[in-house]
Parts: sequence; structure tokens; C-alpha cells
Amino acid sequence: MVGVKSIPSPAISADERSHEVDHPSSQVAHFGTEQPLRLDCGVDLTPFQIAYQTYGELNADRSNAVLICHALTGDQHVANVHPVTSKPGWWETLVGPGRPIDPKHYFIICSNVIGGCMGSTGPASINPATGKVWGLDFPVITIPDMVRAQAMLIDRLGIDTLFAVVGGSMGGMQVLQWTAAYPARVFSALAIACATRHSAQNIAFHELGRQAVMADPDWHGGGYADHGIHPHRGLAVARMAAHITYLSDAALHRKFGRRMQDRELPTFSFDADFQVESYLRYQGSSFVERFDANSYLYLTRAMDYFDIAADHGGVLARAFAGIKTRFCVVSFTSDWLFPTSESRALVHALNASSARVSFAEIETDRGHDAFLLDVPEFFDISRAFLQSAGKARGLTGKKDG
Amino acid sequence: MSVQEVLPLGGLATGPSGQYRADHLLVADMVKPGSKVLDVGCGEGDLLQLLETRGIDGRGIELSREGVNRCVAKGLAVVQGDADTDLVNYPDDAFDYVILSQTLQATRQPRVVLENLLRIGRRAIVSFPNFGFWKMRLQLLIGGHMPRTENLPATWYDTANIHFCTIKDFVQLCDEINVKMERSVALDLYGRPVPLNLPWWVWNMFGEQAVFLLSRGGGK
Repeated sequence: MVGVKSIPSPAISADERSHEVDHPSSQVAHFGTEQPLRLDCGVDLTPFQIAYQTYGELNADRSNAVLICHALTGDQHVANVHPVTSKPGWWETLVGPGRPIDPKHYFIICSNVIGGCMGSTGPASINPATGKVWGLDFPVITIPDMVRAQAMLIDRLGIDTLFAVVGGSMGGMQVLQWTAAYPARVFSALAIACATRHSAQNIAFHELGRQAVMADPDWHGGGYADHGIHPHRGLAVARMAAHITYLSDAALHRKFGRRMQDRELPTFSFDADFQVESYLRYQGSSFVERFDANSYLYLTRAMDYFDIAADHGGVLARAFAGIKTRFCVVSFTSDWLFPTSESRALVHALNASSARVSFAEIETDRGHDAFLLDVPEFFDISRAFLQSAGKARGLTGKKDG
Repeated sequence: MSVQEVLPLGGLATGPSGQYRADHLLVADMVKPGSKVLDVGCGEGDLLQLLETRGIDGRGIELSREGVNRCVAKGLAVVQGDADTDLVNYPDDAFDYVILSQTLQATRQPRVVLENLLRIGRRAIVSFPNFGFWKMRLQLLIGGHMPRTENLPATWYDTANIHFCTIKDFVQLCDEINVKMERSVALDLYGRPVPLNLPWWVWNMFGEQAVFLLSRGGGK
């Protein structure tokens, strides 16, 4: 008989997760009916809330604020222990004491995006009109919507101009959207492993993930909350597929090769014989503990719709015309989700727009994920870019002592 | 056009001697303050830094990753790129000056690169090591081997330089593609300009390197 082990059920209950959805353990900004969020789809979202974390202190002239934009499955817990998983912050390699983005120098803000599931209003939140979970009744959101909401948060915090907006992948898309939508409010922009539009291949991968979620019988047409369950199998498969795209063949080979898991010989079953299989199953099952399935659908959709040039007559350079923001664009050699060619197209457009831009490609075999890992060359560049921008902004020497 | 018609440079570049390379100072003196400059093959950004001290808005392109990283660390706006392949993507008239400092000889298509420089910039400043320099000639003539100098220390099999030329060759190329030479200077072994009242073949013989300020030629 062929042995079959499916993905295990999550160790954290839906209740524990849903608590963070509406009552996050981080700070929350509430926006009442007098301040609706105008969405690209034409709907006014109101009321809504944004959950966020801050680190460091805002200086007297409010010129040292750094906004960190998280990637698809990230959240506001960029440099503190995660309340659900108890793991370190997702970008504490880059953000934290002694790191390139140091709370000693900067007032660091990271918010959960609109459509997310860690405290900002999204499909897992309670719809105030019905008293029930939004589910698929939640309006479709875009990257510009996320940025519009962030801008309202930044207003609320009393900050006019951000010293820097920093992000990778979907976070990088937000960085670019910030500069295109609010050029005067962004002094410097660090856009990592991203693109000005989502490619057909990436849309295809996202569709694969969404179909995996929707094919799960527990999904119930998006209304799983009413049934008190979560489509964790479908979401785990979506995560497994996505996770492969974040790595590279070389990195997978280096890490796992064809090595077996706890055994010498194959079991002649569909058990996880190979280490790479157990690794992926682990990635899938740990992801469903902290993430909402519908939120995954909405956020992947937002990335798919992203195309800065489309909003400017198809001419990318027009999106950045006359921009004063200082840019640093970083790509990684083995990133096949957002290959260097995408970054190059951005850099050419920025050059054509006379923007002040630096661009570096980092040599690594770790794929798209490299932006979250310990890559010293990447940190050196980030640190230097922010330091020189800080000098131009008159930041250095004030708090350095 | 011949070299004799080229206008003299008004006074030798001055500056804190020893701090900057003679050819960099020369180049910097050719750039009007307040203009926008693209330095193609900017290396570690020394020239860009010099230009910034003079209030010039400088950008750079550099092939080597290490070079780019060093430049970014100095706060310079530098992108990683290849002069041979990336210049085509730059729009016309994007810069006041495009500088090609000691890089021409490392390009695959010097002629195409030169044409691109004068399309992207209203003016171009090109400097290169002169292969007609007497020491070079001597090494090949007497020694019978490919010349190596202090400025060009690499051996023939591991050098990035693939298209060496002499001052004479370069002037010929400029004539061919209808480029106007506004200023030109040859520097001798010690970084001093070769006196302009001397015939141009003296430049070709005693100039270790040359710096040209070019603009688009009229007519044709």
C-alpha cells in the first residue's frame, strides 16, 4: 500500500490568529467614516484601521522617519518578536541596533498593508455593516490603495516628508508607488528585488496559488469563517509553490541536494522521503498558522494588477518625471521572480527622468529570498546609501554624537 | 579638422595638487559649474567626487560591481552598467556633458560609444592613454613586446583594454563621424600639458594621455 501523509493541521487555532486580525498586539490607527479610504476599484472603505510598529524616536524637525514596506506575506513585525509565531522580526537582519536601519538614528515605521491579516483591515476583518467576517465581500485592493492608506497613517503620525521608504518584492512595489504618487514626500527610496510591473510569469504563479486555495473544500467560496474552519491545505500548497519561486535551483541543491530525510532508502510511498519535501511541507504548514487564506488571494491580486507605466500612458519615465527623490535600486543575480532586467528597466526610466539613482546587482545564488537573508554586500550598500542620503538631509551628526 | 586648429585650454587645471589626478582636474575644468554630467566608466567615483565639490550634478555608470559599491558608499549616484550595451537606452540630450575618462580603450565598439556620448550629452569629454607615446613605441620597437606603463600595467593577456589608439587615430575618428573638437590637451609623463605651440606630432609622441572636449559637428 502506498503511504500518504498530507500536510498537518496548524498548531495555532483560528481563534488565536483572528485575535490579531482585529485586535493586534501592535499599535493601531483607526480611521472613522469621516476619513474613508478611496480604493482604485471605486469603493470607499470606511471605517478601517491600520496596525503598525515603530522603533526609535522622531527627531525635532520630523526629518528622520523611515517607512518599511513589507512583502506579500510579511507584516508590521519587522524587528520584534512575532506575536503569533514567536519568531524574530522578518527583517531584523536589516533593521535594528547596529543594523543599516538603526533605531538609534531613525524613526522606523512599519505597517500591515490594507488587505493584510495582522491588524490592518482586510478580508479576515469583521465587516462593520454585517458584523461578520468580510470574506470575498471585501473590495479588491491594489498597491496604490495600500500606499494611500500608509500615507494616511503617515499624516496621522504628523510626518510630512519621509526620510526614506524601504522595501523588497511587494514592499519594493510600494516604495516605487510612494515615489510616483507622492514624490515630494519621499526624500530617498530603497527599492529591492522588485519591478514596476508584475510579469506574466509572476501572475501565472500567483494564479496557481489562488487556485490551490480555492480548490480546498474547506474554502467554502471564501466563506470558511462562517464554518469555523480554515482552508489550510490549499493555502499550504500555495505557499509551497510560491516558496520554490523565492529560491533558486542552486540554493536548493546546496541546501538539500537529493538527500533523504531520516532514512537511507526510499520508502516507495508519497511520504516526504527527500529533505526538500519535508522542508516545503514545513514551510507550508507554518505559514497557515499565521496567515489568512482570503488575505493571500487579495494581496497576490494586488501585486498582479501593479503596473506603474500603465497609469502614465505606458511610458515609465513619465511616472518619475522631474522627481527629486534619491533612489537606490538593488537586484540579486539568481532572483528569477524579479530578475535584474526588471530593475534595469526601472533604472533606465529613472535616468531618463533625470532622477538621482544608484543601482547595484548583488551576486548570490540564494534567489529572490536573498533580500531577507544575511547578505553583507547588500547591507553595505543599504547602509551607505542611507548614510549619504542622511548627509544630504542633514541628519548625520545630530544624533550620532 | 586637424589638431592644430584645436583651441588651447585656458590655463592648466589647478587644484589641491596630489589630491586629484591631473587628467581629472583637466576634465573638471572643462565642465561648466551647475551642469549635469554622466561619467561613463566612473571607476571608484574619484572624478564624480571632484565634480561634486564644484557643484556639478554628477551621475555614473560603472561595469564592476565593486566599483559601483564603492561609489554608492561615497554617496554618489552610480548605476551598474556597460558602456557598450547600456548607452543606447539613454534618451537624447539627457546630460550637458558625458565623460568617458580612460575607458574608451576598454569598449568593444569605440565608434558607437563615441556617437552615443554625443547623442546623450550636448558635449562629450574623452580622455585616453595615447598608444603613440614614445615609451610605448620604444617598448614595442626595442623590446619587441606589448608595452606596459605605470598607468597601463596589465599584460596583454589579462587586460580589459582592447582598443588602444593614438592621438592621431582618435582625431581621425572624430573627423570621420563629424565630431567637433572644442578643446584638446595632451599630458606628458608627469601630468603636465604638452605646450600647444609645438606641432601635433609632438603631442602624439610625448603625450602620455590626451583629453578632448567634443561637441556635435555642424553640417553633414
